[in-house]
Amino acid sequence: MTENYDNLNDLQIDVLKEIGNIGAGNAATTLSMMLSKKVAMSVPQVKIIGIQEIANILGGPENQVVGILFTLSKDIEGMMMFILKQEFAHLAVNQLMGRELESFSDFEEMDLSALKEIGNIMAGSYVNAISSLTNFEIGISVPGIAIDMAGAILSVPAIQFGKIGEKVLFIEEEFIGGDGENVNSYLILIPEIDSLHKILKILGVEL
Amino acid sequence: MSKTIIIGISDLNIAYPPDVLVTYALGSCVGICLYDSKTKVAGLAHVMLPLSTEVKDKSNLAKFADTATLELIKRMEKAGAEKGRLVAKLAGGAQMFALQEGNEAFNIGKRNVIAAKQVLKNLNIRIIAEDTGLNYGRTVELSPETGTLKVKAIAHGIKEI
Repeated sequence: MTENYDNLNDLQIDVLKEIGNIGAGNAATTLSMMLSKKVAMSVPQVKIIGIQEIANILGGPENQVVGILFTLSKDIEGMMMFILKQEFAHLAVNQLMGRELESFSDFEEMDLSALKEIGNIMAGSYVNAISSLTNFEIGISVPGIAIDMAGAILSVPAIQFGKIGEKVLFIEEEFIGGDGENVNSYLILIPEIDSLHKILKILGVEL
Repeated sequence: MSKTIIIGISDLNIAYPPDVLVTYALGSCVGICLYDSKTKVAGLAHVMLPLSTEVKDKSNLAKFADTATLELIKRMEKAGAEKGRLVAKLAGGAQMFALQEGNEAFNIGKRNVIAAKQVLKNLNIRIIAEDTGLNYGRTVELSPETGTLKVKAIAHGIKEI
């Protein structure tokens, strides 16, 4: 029996990757609508990796990033966290709020709300992907947001998952805007271990 | 030449002058610093969870406040420090996200600080300074030369405790 992500086999990882792919596709579509510009996306990279490695991908543990956190409930319990680097956050806020922001210290309450809304839509995209594949009903909380050191933000999912393992499911997506600018979003998905079992079982890859 | 010894998440180490101990971006995790001013042996642990008794897999001693503190003391004693002389400083244990659901996972920072204090109290180690709680990340640097703990936060500058 799979105790945690560290022991998943290739087939099980492929199934989780597929959920990531479908979710990313949904997310690109909704993001295009929201930013009212065409947003293409690269094939998302889905990895099962340690928190420290994620901190490095995000530019080091002290790099300032945006974390948007949701809790999942009903059939699937756990957490979902979006992480956006500065470029993504600026692009999104500039586009949505129609103003040029240079740094995080310029962000106001309205800008944070805009980011939360993007988080909502992106989280919804992934949750819908899981729901449509599994027929599970998944509840999603209102978002919590933090702008701080990547390592500090990552401590929250790390701790949540730390009780059962060292690694988490990490989805990295590259969005390519119409003007050719690239921005990456990062998603960490942490179902409770029972919920992970349920997902894998219903998709036919439980061992 | 002074070396910077970096402590990862769920990690610990000790150092003597002129080296320094650093751990980056403590969020809800807690940094437990121990120091013996006579021998100038310092130890730092970046712990993620309160007590090892609460979970099944406790193989990583540095993950929990209780086992990390004991391991730190063991290594410091081996390096010449004396338990009776140790003092402690704490940093971290923030609540990074304000979600209103009373989910225990979001209060873990506070629980980590409480656990660390209880563990130190049980070992009769005095806490002489702390910079804990609130809602932001902290990088800390512990100097074995002076026992000073430098705490750095993005919007709150650098302070020494």
